[in-house]
Amino acid sequence: MKIISAIHYMIFTAVLLSGSGWSQPVNAASQKLVLTGASTIAPLATEIGRRFESQHSGTRIDVQTGGSARGINDARNGTADIGMVSRPLKPQEQDLQAHTIAWDGVGIILHASNPVAALSRQQIADIYTGKIDNWKTVGGRDAPIAVVNKAEGRSTLELFLAYFQLKNSDIRPHVIIGDNAQGIKTVVGNPNAVGYVSIGAAEYEAGHGVPIKLLPLDGIAATVANVRNGTFPLSRPLNLVTRAPPEGLSREFIDFTRSKQVYDLVEAQYFVPVSVR
Amino acid sequence: MPETVSVKSAGVHRDRFAQLTVCIAAFLVCAAFVWILSDLVRGGMAHLSWNFLFDAPRDAGRAGGIGPILVSTVLVLLVALTVALPLGWMTAALLAEYVSADGTFGSAARYSLQMLAAVPSIVFGLFGNAFFSIYLGMGFSILSGGLTLACMLLPILVSTGEAGLRAVPDAYRLSAAALGMSRKATLLHLLLPAAAPSLAAGLLLGIGRAIAETAALLFTSGYVDRMPGSLLDSGRTLAIHIFDLSMNVSGGDASAHASALVLITALLLINIAAIRLTAGWQRRKIVSE
Amino acid sequence: MIWSRHNISSPSASADARMLWLLRGAAGTATALVLLIFLFLLVESWPALRHISIGRFLIDPSWNPGESMYKLTPMLSGTLYAAGGALLLATPLGIASALFIAYYASPRSASIYTRVVELLAGIPSVVYGFWGLTTLVPLINQLHPPGASLLAGILVLTLMILPTIALTAHAALFSVPPDYLRSAAALGISRWGMIRGVALPAAKTGIAAGIILAAGRAIGETMAVLMVTGNVVQHAASLFDPIRTLAANIALEMPYATGDHRAALFVSGLTLMLLVMMLWSLAAPLGRNRDA
Repeated sequence: MKIISAIHYMIFTAVLLSGSGWSQPVNAASQKLVLTGASTIAPLATEIGRRFESQHSGTRIDVQTGGSARGINDARNGTADIGMVSRPLKPQEQDLQAHTIAWDGVGIILHASNPVAALSRQQIADIYTGKIDNWKTVGGRDAPIAVVNKAEGRSTLELFLAYFQLKNSDIRPHVIIGDNAQGIKTVVGNPNAVGYVSIGAAEYEAGHGVPIKLLPLDGIAATVANVRNGTFPLSRPLNLVTRAPPEGLSREFIDFTRSKQVYDLVEAQYFVPVSVR
Repeated sequence: MPETVSVKSAGVHRDRFAQLTVCIAAFLVCAAFVWILSDLVRGGMAHLSWNFLFDAPRDAGRAGGIGPILVSTVLVLLVALTVALPLGWMTAALLAEYVSADGTFGSAARYSLQMLAAVPSIVFGLFGNAFFSIYLGMGFSILSGGLTLACMLLPILVSTGEAGLRAVPDAYRLSAAALGMSRKATLLHLLLPAAAPSLAAGLLLGIGRAIAETAALLFTSGYVDRMPGSLLDSGRTLAIHIFDLSMNVSGGDASAHASALVLITALLLINIAAIRLTAGWQRRKIVSE
Repeated sequence: MIWSRHNISSPSASADARMLWLLRGAAGTATALVLLIFLFLLVESWPALRHISIGRFLIDPSWNPGESMYKLTPMLSGTLYAAGGALLLATPLGIASALFIAYYASPRSASIYTRVVELLAGIPSVVYGFWGLTTLVPLINQLHPPGASLLAGILVLTLMILPTIALTAHAALFSVPPDYLRSAAALGISRWGMIRGVALPAAKTGIAAGIILAAGRAIGETMAVLMVTGNVVQHAASLFDPIRTLAANIALEMPYATGDHRAALFVSGLTLMLLVMMLWSLAAPLGRNRDA
């Protein structure tokens, strides 16, 4: 029996190896793009990639989530063909080429039952640095504020800090979250929480009956419409970055992501297509 | 006389109290189990269907099914077992049959394998990322995920295999030697088949551990929720899918519940198979003896 | 017991020798693996160990890799609090479960209960985490916000390590020679007296080894803890404070980390591995005593 199973085993291994060996040349013949980076862009890039593949047979678009820092890093050292970065490039990143595929904003979110309707810039900064720790101080009910902050390396965090001129080490968080959905989930689970997430993700959820609300920032409502017309102050480009000017398949894909053919996909994720703005 | 009575009744009270405590503890554990299970069933049952099992995920997993994810899970598992099974059972055979338990090599091997069993899965993930994905250049792929899992499974396979081989009575070895069988033939045709129940139990234990694994695969097999075209493609396993849906996809709860239900059902079936298998083997063994 | 149609009695010294070398090769690979893992963790954490003095992992003001601050101690304390709390809850529950199976339950309910415990052991950590996130955290939040807290981590970890303790304790109780128990019964000792005076002392080392095994698992657990503890880097002042464990830190920041930050995460991994190995070297002599 052992011999029989050994033969089975060998056949099986051979099939497995030849399987991978056989599909490798197919893969080399077909073309594959690897995208890594911002988790805000990843769902959109996946959807666009799927449509791109269906129109260009023999191509494969692999999307790996990480963060914007990872997108920069992978595009730079060639681990990925294209990096996804959900913020403008920094001065020290000008060696890379950025291609904006959509716009998004970062909005402050509260639980829908929270009576607070607006917070000033100073109030938000004070809440995040722990100077205000009760909703009563800003005209809400008498309850402790649960501050939701983002983990290190997320561009949402960087944009938020830059806008409110804060340092991450000054922030006194009660919960640290990774991705937008986790932030929304945390605020839904805690009526006294305050967080900041991608407006796209927040409007998507709110539109699906999730009890959260977006606060206006400097008096401007945090809506996709205001991101679209450019009045919302804390908006950001969603970028694809490459090491060199894109060629071949990369170029084709990037052009595709910026074309009208994918506007419905961009809008389905509650982002703003490029040329509309 | 009255003294003994009171001591005895105190003893009876203590006995009752202990029984009560133990039963309450057991009840608590059962209640927690039922709680978890009923939550998952309630949340996932409505979303579960045949289409869910075979369709590709759409809209980042909010809609559609888990077809490609099941395929990736099975592929990662196959890669892991293809590598870990021969390596693990050969090591077990050497440790049980060829080297003395107290010898230098025997104790060194056992020591390092026990240490390997103690390594947390996230550390395996770090290692797999640094070694397989980057150093060996496999990138985020089913191959590097499977190899990382193989490292994790090795200690389980070795220890169950070794225990099984050691449990084979020495009479087998003596009779084989008396018949003039080579040690190789003895091992392949007599000892390994005799240890089969234990080997199978170890195998199923390993499969159970492998399909439940998340942390080790996070940085090795990656997130891509597509049908893998080859072993060098990234593939998302079921456990990572649940993690991603619940943490990273707003509105993914129903799918996450359903996926968790599928995962637990698979583990349940493996568990039942393990029990059936060992019971069947034992019966056959008794009959043949 | 003849399993093959092939001729099995063909002694051949060279085949035997080849076989032995093959086995040695396999065993050598398996043995070297742990060294390889160690080596790679060291190589990857080397940049951090070189750029950042070890002391800074202890005395930096906070963990903010973006601002080059790399304090690991709050995460170390978080790991130990969560694992310690889970052990405090799971040890009595686990031993009670083992006693229930071994001495209190009818054979039928014992087998059902054993199955329940085995199934609990089989539930993947990510499912525990998911359940904790959707059920436990909102519940704790009603009690004392923010919900995602040390307590949630402890409760989820308790459920996860309880089966380990229960199953090893049951195995240890099972291997207590039945003569001991029969003699105790013959002396007219009550059931609890027998358990406390005879069974538990005889199974002591086995139970202890199981507890240490469970501690190792609690310290290394990543996904479930990551999902429910809130992940704030701080020393917890109460059960309701959020914490971050070493393992969760790796999973949370690894996808975003580059350069020294990434190397510092490998230092977290190295610390974790050393911690677990230390525990294991405590448990190993216990296991040997039991065998002897």
